[in-house]
Amino acid sequence: MELLRFATAGSVDDGKSTLIGRLLYDSKAIFEDQLEAVERVSTQRGDEYTDLALLTDGLRAEREQGITIDVAYRYFATPARKFIIADTPGHVQYTRNMVTGNSTADLTMVLVDARKGVVEQTRRHAFLASLLRVPHLVVCINKMDLVDYDQAVFESIRAEFTAFASRLDISDMTFIPVSALQGDNVVTRSANMGWYEGASLLHHLESVFIASDRNLIDSRFPVQYVIRPKANEYHDYRGYAGRIDGGVFRPGDEVMVLPSGLTTTVEAIDTFEGPIDEAYAPMSVTMRLADNIDISRGDMICRPNNQPTVGQDLDAMVCWMTEKPLKVGDFCHLKHTTRWVRAVVREINYRLDVNTLHRDEAATELGLNDVGRLSLRVTQPLFYDSYRRNRLTGSFILADEGSNVTAGAGMLLGPD
Amino acid sequence: MEQTSGAVATGQYQLSQLAAIEAQSIHIIREVAAEFERPVLLFSGGKDSVIMLRLAQKAFFPAKIPFPVMHVDTGHNFPEVIDFRDRMVADMDASLIVASVQESIDAGRSVEEAGLDPSRNRLQTRTLLDALTEGKYDAVFGGARRDEEKARAKERVYSFRDEFGQWDPKNQRPELWSLYNGRHRPGEHIRVFPISDWTELDVWQYIGNEGLELPSIYYSHTREVFRRDGMLLATGPFVNPRGDEEVFEAVVRYRTVGDMTCTGAVESSAVTVDEIILEVAASRLTERGATRADDKVSEAAMEDRKKEGYF
Repeated sequence: MELLRFATAGSVDDGKSTLIGRLLYDSKAIFEDQLEAVERVSTQRGDEYTDLALLTDGLRAEREQGITIDVAYRYFATPARKFIIADTPGHVQYTRNMVTGNSTADLTMVLVDARKGVVEQTRRHAFLASLLRVPHLVVCINKMDLVDYDQAVFESIRAEFTAFASRLDISDMTFIPVSALQGDNVVTRSANMGWYEGASLLHHLESVFIASDRNLIDSRFPVQYVIRPKANEYHDYRGYAGRIDGGVFRPGDEVMVLPSGLTTTVEAIDTFEGPIDEAYAPMSVTMRLADNIDISRGDMICRPNNQPTVGQDLDAMVCWMTEKPLKVGDFCHLKHTTRWVRAVVREINYRLDVNTLHRDEAATELGLNDVGRLSLRVTQPLFYDSYRRNRLTGSFILADEGSNVTAGAGMLLGPD
Repeated sequence: MEQTSGAVATGQYQLSQLAAIEAQSIHIIREVAAEFERPVLLFSGGKDSVIMLRLAQKAFFPAKIPFPVMHVDTGHNFPEVIDFRDRMVADMDASLIVASVQESIDAGRSVEEAGLDPSRNRLQTRTLLDALTEGKYDAVFGGARRDEEKARAKERVYSFRDEFGQWDPKNQRPELWSLYNGRHRPGEHIRVFPISDWTELDVWQYIGNEGLELPSIYYSHTREVFRRDGMLLATGPFVNPRGDEEVFEAVVRYRTVGDMTCTGAVESSAVTVDEIILEVAASRLTERGATRADDKVSEAAMEDRKKEGYF
């Protein structure tokens, strides 16, 4: 059984909660005690119907105010796949939450109200999915029951969305007409829309091909932790523990260690169950090397003929996530793979309007929820790939030097 | 494809979902060991902490786990669980710290709650926070999962706690990709939840795949119980049925392991992991909803306890 992580975003009235509620309920991931608790609260509040949003809005403040504040993670499984939903609020002031939810997603689900068509929020969701390079996008055109299941409405929204998306970088886009409330095309194909020949939403989630989404070409192994057992049985054992962030490694492979540039070969790839023949992203393994060279956390093991970019001057798209604005000359902590460095903002090239994609080149700072292109200089070289080539070796976070809060999310730009 | 990490790959270069979440958990545990000065792993003897211990063992193999294990002992535990705890820790040659709620009460740091069969669930927080301060621990591993409870669904993998151990759910650090931010000032700490993405079913499948041993109370057995607040409670030294609470023998097992005073049993004849998996898959109640009085205090009982510094 495979794992699929998907992100959703939306506001109270676009039916997102109903849709998620239905996926969870129909796949038996909602339990009776949860449903009873929700019904109890709905009744106490005098709601006219059971508000399924209460299932995902877990915090007291969220339930009291009827809003989603934060990313909530929900889980369900079918015989085909396990799903992790990152459910985020959709308003512009929650851009940072949408960025967070999309950062680990294999797929983003965008909801469009069939009566309203493509609105600002739709465009923002699609843009953020593209910025975070979520490999698959599903556009659910919801509330089809309220437009008489009319194919013309569906086609017109699809055309409008497709036209907008041509300005983005989205490789796989699927459109599904649904009614979350009535259940049309959610779990099973709808009898009300004979003209629709595609899969139901759940079937699509179960079958979308995700195996080729990871980078299995550029071998990258950031060293996370050095294992030295200090026991007689393993007297000379020195293993480099970490997660394969790209490509495939096998015993006997010639490898290069950065920053030293020294080369050696992989002697063994160890796991608790014993040595293995090959390791690939995103496995957590321990590598032993043939030669005894000085390697510590933050170093990068790669192949001599396929090395990441090494540099201290970085260009990146950054989403700013904290109240205190980011200005040219500001310093931050920066974490990339297994390495913390300090960074200074050299230049703000432009700030991007997440609704219109307009570039404001006169911008002098990034405020909360702003997205912009920056030039940064870091205190030590990073070993990185462009984000579009590898989401793991192409991403970084920024932390405030005073409060330590996570203040920014960065996606590195590179030659490709 | 070689068998890896306790679960088989589903195809060429594609991990099964259990192998994928296992790899993610190991990544988190190693990240903590590398970046913090004094991590500690909370171990209750429950199934989630058994998994935590196994993942930690895998993360550092062939070296030993490079941090101690801590149990917050309410004094109201099931004896089977305490026996199991001591055996596990000895088998793994790990070092165990026991933080005792009874000692907190004796020292006047905590006050026993009033009423019949008072639960020490909430008192654990004071004992835990005192033990963390005393040991100067800056990272605390817990086995909480997001599918357990709605406040936990909002929890980060790295959850920041201020100098009072408080959780501020409305002001959490964004958590992107797998780039965890453990930066903190002296006196603050990070709670770390490496199995956040595991579900109850995942836990049982993993226990089955790995052949992990659990305390015997997870499996069906015969026990003297009575009904209180819709739950089946076991009779024992800390749990005294009132006159109107009829005591009877039932064939039960436990889905969670907590205090005897607040953990209910479920009627079940499941004696093997496979039978439990079938039962969990068919269950229409969450594990905490079915069996935990501590969550039933109010709609936001877990959120309120977590803000104070609970697990």
